[in-house]
Amino acid sequence: MSGFSVTEPSKRQKWIAGLLVITYALVTIMPLLWIIATGFKSPEDAISYPPKVVFQPSLEGYVNLFTTRTRITTSMQGTLPPPETWYEQIARDSGTIISGPSRYGQRFMNSIVIGFGSTFLAIFFGTLAAYAFSRFKVPIKDDLLFFILSTRMMPPIAVAIPIFLMFRQLGLNDTQLGMILLYTAVNLSLSVWLLKGFIDEIPLEYEEAALIDGYTRFQAFYKVVLPQAATGIASTAIFCLIFAWNEYAFAVLLTSGSAQTAPPFIPTIIGVGGQDWPAVAAGATLFLIPVMIFTILLRKHLLRGITFGAVRK
Amino acid sequence: MSGNSIDRIAQATPPTIAKRVRGLSDRAIAWLFVGPSIVLLLAVNIFPLIWTINLSFTNFKANRNRDVDYIGLRNYERILTDADTWQSMQATAHFLFWTIFFQVLIGFALAYLINKKFKGNDLWTTIIVLPMMLSPAVVGNFWTFLYQPQIGLFNYVVEFFSGVDASSFSMIGSVTLAPWSIVIVDTWMWTPFVMLICLAGLRSIPDSLYEAAECDRASKWRQFWTLTVPMVLPFLMLAVLFRGIENFKMFDLVVQLTGGGPGSVTTLTSIDLKREAFEKWRTGYASAYAVILFVTVFGLASIYVKALNKVKER
Repeated sequence: MSGFSVTEPSKRQKWIAGLLVITYALVTIMPLLWIIATGFKSPEDAISYPPKVVFQPSLEGYVNLFTTRTRITTSMQGTLPPPETWYEQIARDSGTIISGPSRYGQRFMNSIVIGFGSTFLAIFFGTLAAYAFSRFKVPIKDDLLFFILSTRMMPPIAVAIPIFLMFRQLGLNDTQLGMILLYTAVNLSLSVWLLKGFIDEIPLEYEEAALIDGYTRFQAFYKVVLPQAATGIASTAIFCLIFAWNEYAFAVLLTSGSAQTAPPFIPTIIGVGGQDWPAVAAGATLFLIPVMIFTILLRKHLLRGITFGAVRK
Repeated sequence: MSGNSIDRIAQATPPTIAKRVRGLSDRAIAWLFVGPSIVLLLAVNIFPLIWTINLSFTNFKANRNRDVDYIGLRNYERILTDADTWQSMQATAHFLFWTIFFQVLIGFALAYLINKKFKGNDLWTTIIVLPMMLSPAVVGNFWTFLYQPQIGLFNYVVEFFSGVDASSFSMIGSVTLAPWSIVIVDTWMWTPFVMLICLAGLRSIPDSLYEAAECDRASKWRQFWTLTVPMVLPFLMLAVLFRGIENFKMFDLVVQLTGGGPGSVTTLTSIDLKREAFEKWRTGYASAYAVILFVTVFGLASIYVKALNKVKER
């Protein structure tokens, strides 16, 4: 914009605004950078006073995250054959030997399976329902849509009591299938509302043209509407995935062993005498980085996703 | 021409699906499409809700195999006369009020500044938004490390700027500070949410309105209060609604941060409910508790939405 404009802020205003926002951004990002940095600290550096900003990077946190170890005495150290791999070397340096893998990998896998499984189902059923709500006269449509949204208002713990009893009856407690079904139901409200918004924006004329060309409704849906809605479906899917990925309340109450996801597991990583902070931070880093990347990819649709489509830019 | 196009479509159509679906009316397709979602939600949300209401009139304990007696409204009576319930309600109210207060204040200010469209504002907005997308449980757990009296970054920063000895206070160990420790982390996490919604509101105001105000020689201060604020208000109220419902349900972040302690000063209703249901196993009692919470959140939200619609209509 050039010349005089009453709505364009002055250079000085921009400068001050930028300075304040950047200061806030740097402060707000600190805890996240601290998580990443702590993952690369040795246990001594992690708990030093004052907190260390410059430190010798170490992979001990990551080794501790993925393994279980046993402490050995210095005299025993001498009797052992030299370590074969770099991670054995790291464990040996801190006076331990690796006795096996930890459960982190398996918990992470559970998060992936449950996250992707529930996202797929929520998107599949959500797209169908959203299309119907967008294009057809469904009786009591507004009531149904509100009912779908209201399922999100219940506190998860309140819902968890009967779900726990129901799953116990059906043998679904602590199973991946149970968690996938549960997260699908929770995510449906989000996917129906968001996708309805996206499909509403596709002009009706495209389908009408297809119908006149002799397509059936069903063909018009999957050959015309679906490709048009692809971006909307993709961003909705990422929102569903992030929800399932981050969910804690249901996971901690309904899973304990084989189907446990990463969020309830990471805080339970302990070392000698309390939490092993570098290992916790390493686990958190690996768990949070994918979401950060998705957030950056999604930034254009972020507002829509977090408000259930109530605010569109 | 028309025969030609029908042929073309007939060839392009997979015969099985066409045969099955061609005969379906729009109405049938509508129900076919909506049906599975409704069934799933009925099974996972409504059926359990009805079960909860039913259980709330009993003395059922999920860890025992004994006869279940219907005891009428006695659970409700007990909950509403229990001092602990009211304390957790109070803790929740404190948490709700202050988180919303700070998030609205900081969120709006940030949106206002970002709307000055300085160079690179997109990049910094994305950075500010990051915390709210992350797992509250995992991040909450890490904040206990930042809050450690001796070695925590938070305490160190406080000492650096205020001179208060870093080891002299414990954010999550102190009865007076713990309620604020959860307010701080929630504000850190969710301010960007309010900010994004306010930003959408600010961007929805057409430039022409400001130009008109300028022609009328309205001062910047007056423009802000008579134009900017009323136009953003519906957006801001929507943000408050979302944050209100979310923080009324708050569980994961706080349970990882303070576990409801010390004592019970940060025991929000969800945490109290979890203890009754899954630690004391008073299933009937907890069900009544859940019903009360649900009615509260639903009732407050409905009243609020009515007010929101009034503001929108103006």
